[in-house]
Amino acid sequence: MASLSTWSPIVLVVAFLILAAVAYFFRSRGEPRYKEGTAQTQVFLAGEEAPEPDKRHIRAHNMYWGFFQALKRYYETTMNAHTGIINDYIIWFTSVVAITAVIVFIAGMV
Amino acid sequence: MDSLVTHSSILAIAIPLLAAFIVPLVSKVGDKARNTVVIGALALAEFLVIILARDIYLNGLHVYTLGAAATDLTIPEHYMVPVRIILEVDAMSVFMGIITTTISLAGAIYSISFMKEETGGDRFYTLLLLLAVGMLGLVFTGDMFNFFVFLEILSISGAALAAFRTRFGDATEGGFKYIVISAVGALVVLFAVGILYSQYNLLSIAALAQAIQYTALDKIALALLVVALAMKLASVPLHMWAPDTYSVAPAGTTPMIYVASQACLYGLFRVLFSLYGVSLDTLTIGWVVIILGVLSMFVGVTMAVHQSDIKRLMAYHAISQSGYMLLGIGVGLAVLADPQALASYGREAISGGIFHIINNALYKGLLFLTAEALFFALGTRDLNKMGGMFRNMKYTAIFFIIGALAISGVPPFNGFTSKLMIYESVYNFSPVLAVIAMLVSILTLASFTKAFQSAFTGPALPQHDNVREVPKPMLIGMGILAVAIVFFSLFPSLVVDTIVTPATDALIDQAGYIGAVMGGA
Repeated sequence: MASLSTWSPIVLVVAFLILAAVAYFFRSRGEPRYKEGTAQTQVFLAGEEAPEPDKRHIRAHNMYWGFFQALKRYYETTMNAHTGIINDYIIWFTSVVAITAVIVFIAGMV
Repeated sequence: MDSLVTHSSILAIAIPLLAAFIVPLVSKVGDKARNTVVIGALALAEFLVIILARDIYLNGLHVYTLGAAATDLTIPEHYMVPVRIILEVDAMSVFMGIITTTISLAGAIYSISFMKEETGGDRFYTLLLLLAVGMLGLVFTGDMFNFFVFLEILSISGAALAAFRTRFGDATEGGFKYIVISAVGALVVLFAVGILYSQYNLLSIAALAQAIQYTALDKIALALLVVALAMKLASVPLHMWAPDTYSVAPAGTTPMIYVASQACLYGLFRVLFSLYGVSLDTLTIGWVVIILGVLSMFVGVTMAVHQSDIKRLMAYHAISQSGYMLLGIGVGLAVLADPQALASYGREAISGGIFHIINNALYKGLLFLTAEALFFALGTRDLNKMGGMFRNMKYTAIFFIIGALAISGVPPFNGFTSKLMIYESVYNFSPVLAVIAMLVSILTLASFTKAFQSAFTGPALPQHDNVREVPKPMLIGMGILAVAIVFFSLFPSLVVDTIVTPATDALIDQAGYIGAVMGGA
């Protein structure tokens, strides 16, 4: 396989391990004498008091808001097609069978 | 040992089948005895499939005729065509057999802890074993009628498993939807088989392949088979049942129901390459498969990004990943009649698609199990109610990371390798298709970043203080798949050379498939 002849995951793993070792070295040079439970280990939010954990965690429905807004019409159309009604599933099935059969027959005539 | 190899194909089906009927009886002795029988039967089936695979890689296609004086006596004396039930197992079938038994075994081990919390273990394991039987039978059978029979077995057992937790309303709904679409799909397959039988008086795939004329009726049968199997494998726009079903199936069985869909994908490939093969208008049908693949990839992933229910998110990704396989195989099919294009990139496209089947079964299986582990620990599938779980469920989080990186095609994971093969080969056919495939991969990564961020990172939430890591058998079930992913990631060439390339060659070699049963007839 052409693509596999140029691909070696072992090289990548070795590179990752070297980088991890370098990162660990720099991390170990950091300040070890911090005090647990003091301002040194608290969340820093531009000097403001950090909200409670429940309020601080970004929930799934808040993520990629801009992406969904940009594709609002696409999502509205797609969501509307997902009715959850099994009769609709069978209508889709019948339609796709008909379309496929027509394609197979037309292609045979050309 | 030779005798074991000779009978391995039928034993791999018969042993889980026998165990399925013994399980309710053994359950009276105790749960431990029942679990031992289930795990033992599936481990034995896996062993038999492995020795069968070894034999096929060394000696070629394996044919087993039931009830004949000799197992390779496919055409009885004074007959011109095969009349008995025949199992025809080539490198492609055994490739699917390996996937089926591995996922079934991991799923059964994972289910041990889950079933401690549930009642009806005897019925659960009977159905689980029957699902494994249906899948193995479907990929090993050499005739169209038994293809339908095994399709029914896997559909009925899969639907019953999906609806197993009847206390949840959506479980009953998911199971009902699965059985309706499965029944419609299977009846359409039976109708197509009837059309073929009415013309050729044959049911053996090899005999039919030799006789098929690509008449108007054959074209109708083809359209029916392609679309019925596309619905069973949840290809867009026939996918809508899948999130409803996958999201409600109990722990351990979701990956199995998903692999059952992959078995239907195998069925589609078998119909296209072995049954119709070169008599087909390969370019047209190749494009039909490609379009189904692209739609599945794109719609699947965009719907997945939008989900907040972790199992529905996984289900839409399952649909999206099936699209990659359809794309790779579709490109290979489109150039099947062009030897130069087939050699240049068509074979690699098919290999990429086939490699993606096993990679996907592993990481998708693992991700379904991690989703179920979160549900087991938290009692919710809603990502909006999760957070900070890395602290409480370290091993599950690590398994999730492995699965998520693999499905997103991040190097050096196995998902990257099969996607790379698909990108490169598909690019030669149509650069636009390759770009769409890469875009889908980026959206996959975005979707799993969202899932990981929502469930595992963030501050420790007070309502999850008492959440603990899932029990050991569930971790072992996930661990088996995670180890397999790491192995496949580190040694892709070994995997491709050992099991993927022989499967590709077997799929393309229609003459070999026919000759093994028909001989000189």
